[in-house]
Amino acid sequence: MFFSDKHAGMGELADTLAEEAYTEGRSLWRDARRRFMQHRAAVASLVVLALLLLFAAFGQYLSPWDNESIDWASLPNLDEDGVPSLASQHYFGLDPIGRDLYQRTVQGSRISLMVGVLGALTAVVIGTLYGAISGYVGGRTDAIMMRTLEVLSAFPFMFLVIVLMAVFGRNVLLIFIAIGAVSWLNMARIVRGQTLSLKRKEFIEAAMATGVHPFLIVLRHVVPNVLGVVIVYATLLVPEMILFESFISFLGLGVSEPYTSWGALISEGADAMWTAPWTLIFPMLMLVLTLFCFNFLGDGLRDALDPKDR
Amino acid sequence: MSEQQPLLAVENLQVTFDIMPRNAWPWTRPQPLKAVNKVSFTLNEGETLGIVGESGCGKSTLARAIMGMVPSQAGKVVWLGEDLRGLNLKQLRKRRQRLQMVFQDPLASLSPRMTVGDIIAEPLRTHYPDIKGVELREKVDVIMERVGLHSHQKNRYPHEFSGGQCQRVGIARALILEPKLIICDEPVSALDVSVQAQVINLLKSLQRDMGLSLIFIAHDLSVVKHISDRVMVLYLGNVVESADRADLYAKPLHPYTQALMAAVPIPDPDRERAKPSVALDGDLPSPLNPPNGCVFRTRCPLAAEYCGKEVPVLEDKTGAGHRVACHYVDREEVQN
Repeated sequence: MFFSDKHAGMGELADTLAEEAYTEGRSLWRDARRRFMQHRAAVASLVVLALLLLFAAFGQYLSPWDNESIDWASLPNLDEDGVPSLASQHYFGLDPIGRDLYQRTVQGSRISLMVGVLGALTAVVIGTLYGAISGYVGGRTDAIMMRTLEVLSAFPFMFLVIVLMAVFGRNVLLIFIAIGAVSWLNMARIVRGQTLSLKRKEFIEAAMATGVHPFLIVLRHVVPNVLGVVIVYATLLVPEMILFESFISFLGLGVSEPYTSWGALISEGADAMWTAPWTLIFPMLMLVLTLFCFNFLGDGLRDALDPKDR
Repeated sequence: MSEQQPLLAVENLQVTFDIMPRNAWPWTRPQPLKAVNKVSFTLNEGETLGIVGESGCGKSTLARAIMGMVPSQAGKVVWLGEDLRGLNLKQLRKRRQRLQMVFQDPLASLSPRMTVGDIIAEPLRTHYPDIKGVELREKVDVIMERVGLHSHQKNRYPHEFSGGQCQRVGIARALILEPKLIICDEPVSALDVSVQAQVINLLKSLQRDMGLSLIFIAHDLSVVKHISDRVMVLYLGNVVESADRADLYAKPLHPYTQALMAAVPIPDPDRERAKPSVALDGDLPSPLNPPNGCVFRTRCPLAAEYCGKEVPVLEDKTGAGHRVACHYVDREEVQN
């Protein structure tokens, strides 16, 4: 009796052990996610960024106005009728020529976030591949690719933007091209450095010995291992790109009316800040909030993915 | 193919690296470093060749040169009657199906972002892209069980395994293509002694079952003794002695081999203390500036003036395939 009980118990134990043995392995990514979740500021930033994204995507449905029509009724007396109010449904007030600032901010957020994310994405895709190939192949190819990069980064990009605008006229697409062209340069350098140190690792040699095609080695073994650094740098790149676009727009070279962006809004608001301070405050708050959030996010990701913690 | 044809025949293989001196101008001529100097050996099917030597003597470089992962400057690597050195990368990649490698650092040789199952399957995916899904998984399971891992561990990541288990994964990866030759580059140096024994026994049983040939590199003579049929001793990129295992361990002829043998600790304090000490002085000389004449002469207890004048030839001194490169080993004396 006693023995049979004991055996049953052992059987159960063996079963649970076997079950446990079947659990999935914990990848480095999952470890990183757990660490990231413990970083409060980063998680909060992620939530705020998600809300910002929702605001940019669906914010326009919350207000009856649109981003280009002028509120003729309020126009004669902008200083008083143009202040932000829930009653008039101009939540952020009116801009100096009587358009609804809330709708303009929503629309500007779209452009700014898109510029930021697309710029970072270009950097990730082009920069990572360029850097990884350059570092992995090495030798003369590496030298040529890196010198090309140096020539490109020595080029004055404000000048390029101005020339592009002068030749082709003001166009959102041109901003994307200009920003895409600058953004990946540093990324490529960072990835190349990482690749150089990875290249001598034995698992890369093992893949070579197996006979894996060099391009597949880059994609399958090099890229996933530099991705941690790339992600961190990309999140820090997003605010940089947003600022770059804002700068271009602030100079009056960015998006053209009726479209707008945070930079353009801030530029307009700065002119009217004494009479209508809200025209500066709201777009500025959005920009500052986004920049802070991306920086905190990058911080959290860096802590989570830091190779020294592995 | 005649039966006498060896699986692998290396003839006068030479690997030279160009080293730029520190703070050199870009146009300075790089210094040649002879990492592997005129190494020759043959390996038959099912045979194990042990290669020993201290750090920096060119063991790993020799292994990589055979694999074609390090460019070699002269000589031949004849694999099944075909010189691998003449092949381009594409052809070489194809040959590597039958010619695999196991590495020294078990964890570092596995990609940290891939699951163990994916790592083991990678060679199959590379050479047989048609094998997919269930078939692929079954093959991975079989090979994992064969090397002593549980197949349900295949979703785990390398950092969740111990060193010995990681080395088993490395062996499974090398085995899955059913190679004829596995080059083991110090496969047990990073493991502790009990695990070393397990891994070596695994390699031996695999060799017996699958008819593998092995090139087993180590810096530890006692490890090599267990697994090798023949042993080759390298010093500064040169073969100084090469013989059948029994021969070499019973009667090491080269003073360097004798010193290595004497350095193997005996697990018995009394006998250990009683044994004559033949400790070598000094360090390995810089391979950038090797001694003229016999490479070992700077540390050799027997060295004389003559040793600096002429390079000793590696020749069969016993008539039974015991090759030694030393002026002092007298042919007649040894044979008697």
